[in-house]
Amino acid sequence: MRIDRTRYLTQGIAKILIWSATLFTIGVMILILFQILSDGLPVLRLHFFTESPRSMGREGGIFSTIIGTVALTFVAILFATPLGVGTAIFLREYTRETKVSRLIRFGTDCLAGVPSIIFGLFGFVFFVIYLNMGWSILSGGLTLAVMILPTIICTSEEAIKAIPYSYREVSYSLGGTKWQTVTRAVLPHSLPGIFTGVILGVGRSIGETAAVILTAGSSLVMPTSFFSPIRTMAVHFYILAREGISMEMAYGTGAALILLVLFVNIIANWLLNRYIRKKG
Amino acid sequence: MDTKEKIIGKSFLIIALSSISALALIAIFIFAEGLPLIWKIGPKAFLFGERWIPSKGEFGILPMIIGSFWVTLGALLLGIPLGMACAIFLSELAPPVVGTVLRPAIQLLAAIPSVIYGFWGLVVLVPLVRNYLGGPGLSILSGSIILGFMILPTIISISEDSLRALPSSFKAGGLALGATHWQTIWRVLIPAARSGIVASIILGMGRAMGETMAMIMILGNAVKMPSSFLDSARTLTTNIGIEMGYASGDHRQALFATGVILFFIIMILNSSAIILSRRRMG
Amino acid sequence: MSSNLKTLFWLFVLLLIFFAMGCQRSKAGITVAGSTSVEPFAELLAEEYMHRHPNSHIYVQGGGSSAGIEAIRSGAAHIGMSSRSLIGKEKTLHTITIAKDAIAIIVHPKNPVHDLPFVKVREVFSGQIRNWNELGGPDQPIVLVTREEGSGTREAFQKLVMGEEDIALEALVQDSNGAIRQVVAGDPSAIGYISLGLVNEKVKALQISGTTPSIKNIESGQYHLVRPFLFVFLLEPAGEAKTFLDFVMSPEAQKLLAQEGLVTALSKSTEK
Repeated sequence: MRIDRTRYLTQGIAKILIWSATLFTIGVMILILFQILSDGLPVLRLHFFTESPRSMGREGGIFSTIIGTVALTFVAILFATPLGVGTAIFLREYTRETKVSRLIRFGTDCLAGVPSIIFGLFGFVFFVIYLNMGWSILSGGLTLAVMILPTIICTSEEAIKAIPYSYREVSYSLGGTKWQTVTRAVLPHSLPGIFTGVILGVGRSIGETAAVILTAGSSLVMPTSFFSPIRTMAVHFYILAREGISMEMAYGTGAALILLVLFVNIIANWLLNRYIRKKG
Repeated sequence: MDTKEKIIGKSFLIIALSSISALALIAIFIFAEGLPLIWKIGPKAFLFGERWIPSKGEFGILPMIIGSFWVTLGALLLGIPLGMACAIFLSELAPPVVGTVLRPAIQLLAAIPSVIYGFWGLVVLVPLVRNYLGGPGLSILSGSIILGFMILPTIISISEDSLRALPSSFKAGGLALGATHWQTIWRVLIPAARSGIVASIILGMGRAMGETMAMIMILGNAVKMPSSFLDSARTLTTNIGIEMGYASGDHRQALFATGVILFFIIMILNSSAIILSRRRMG
Repeated sequence: MSSNLKTLFWLFVLLLIFFAMGCQRSKAGITVAGSTSVEPFAELLAEEYMHRHPNSHIYVQGGGSSAGIEAIRSGAAHIGMSSRSLIGKEKTLHTITIAKDAIAIIVHPKNPVHDLPFVKVREVFSGQIRNWNELGGPDQPIVLVTREEGSGTREAFQKLVMGEEDIALEALVQDSNGAIRQVVAGDPSAIGYISLGLVNEKVKALQISGTTPSIKNIESGQYHLVRPFLFVFLLEPAGEAKTFLDFVMSPEAQKLLAQEGLVTALSKSTEK
């Protein structure tokens, strides 16, 4: 009977420890967000979003950085989506588990693990220098496209995988070619899932800093073309935070960044649950 | 009609090769810039040299390798216990309602940009360490703590997935044999989910080794070999990040060479994680 | 194709067209790249210039003095910024001194030390003096903060202060003057060096051998930790670059720089 009590004692202690650990973890995470949001939210007035930074970021707002973030993300999505969805279609519809498909999956998984500073180095030496694009939205966007490619491939594959085979069966039995099957039976229904992957990619692009500084530069001026350098919100936040130019602006930019990322990811999660997890 | 299909099929194949080509391109360019320098000064001098003084042509990255090692180790020391605890909590102890709220919350936390964590570390953690533990505050300890929290979502979500994927017979069997809930968790479920848990830890390690921005903000970036957790240090990533903007010639090549070493280490880590998780699912 | 997919396809084509339109290589305006010490001042000047010439675009980029010089060579930038004098092969380029900047040795405002003999500064940064009590301060280890290798500011500091000696390896390294200021402002045991123009109430600039780093002392030559801020050109400045340069050298622009703590290029001061 003594043995019994020890077992339950151990269990009790273990459970208390686990509850405490979890609460501690959640607590710290919330604390981190709360600290920045509480100091930053008061700064988020309308003019903060509509004015560009002035005198090195001490005054004004973050408008040009918002444009920069949008432009960079736009370019990244423009290039990553067709490549990513195409890869997913290939893996799911046009091939079985062959050496090639295993290689592609391995490549994708590896790409997903490459650190952002390596992407930055690559983007710098390839896009900025070798292809002579200079520090520009284009260089930054293309670099980000490579970074988010694995995300889009993964989610698109899941979305396509979730379509029951019966959809394809019907199309084939009606005499459809593979291409017709893909474009009429499979893709239209996997669009929401693909869209989710795109949103996740957007979320990742918004928060990326290391790769962006090395490829898109840090100019505060409004861009005039896709070859202009820009500063994104994440980069602006980093620079403000480190240089101590204006703590107020830093907190504001940080709060805006957090809110944006949270918003994007909440939408992605909602879509994910609605269209992928529930199917099949 | 058939040729059209064949062409379409081939086009998709070419598109699908984009990810592997991108990876190859990255490797080629990084290696092309970095390897010549490693060759020039000798791999031993590069990897084991203790002095990084570019202005004098000394490019030893051992302090950075050690720095990466210690920071990652510290992060794991914090991340594994907390991560496992949360994973166990989510899969076994949490009321269902709590679970549905917490799980997406953890996903959201994974999406928070690293500069935010770095900023918080700089503003809150570093002064705490400096005032209560000594040293400049900008130290391996501060870096490890922040990094530990940053890798938690990775460890938690993958470990939890592994635990939930176990057949329910495992748990039922353990309990049927008279084990307590905790004994079942500790002696049956966790060992069974071992490969997934290890994969999550390795992925967390990879994430920790690859972190740059937050580490530049918190580690202090001294080039000297660190000798205590309160010392400032540099990792392979911050070495690149902090000097890349200005470097030219040999110095720049040395930074790419640092990238080569980093690339190798991360590839090894991530490949192991991939193999481990394939094994668990296959 | 289903109608949904068709709409998406055409939307995509539209986006591509939009993208292609935005890719006109003729980026109106000029790029100024280089030293991060000069960068904030160049940005200020660019802001003012674009105020007066609303159709111009001046893009100011950091990257460091060496990177800036390389950028004008490769054509990536029209004007290079340097916070150190040119060396060796660089001397064939055209330079204009737009201002002079002093390097201030800074400590925490609560630090009781307010003056250091020049020799002692070198001994502190080389690691020979390790504790503040050797300098008349509290019994605290000295925390050194320096810029990273490749920085023009660090090179100027190395040349002007350290001479042949190395900065201690255990020094904390930050990649911008502002970041050094932040660290020193937060750590009572820290000492670092930044542009005099960036000193604010959060840090205290030390007197060196009794001389205060003030504009007067810089102009008279008494405070000699001074370095030139240069605009570097590949060829004779022309076009928009020349207009911007003329503006930068004009009295109004120089007054702006003086307000920010630089020594104007128009004043009489000893060349260094």
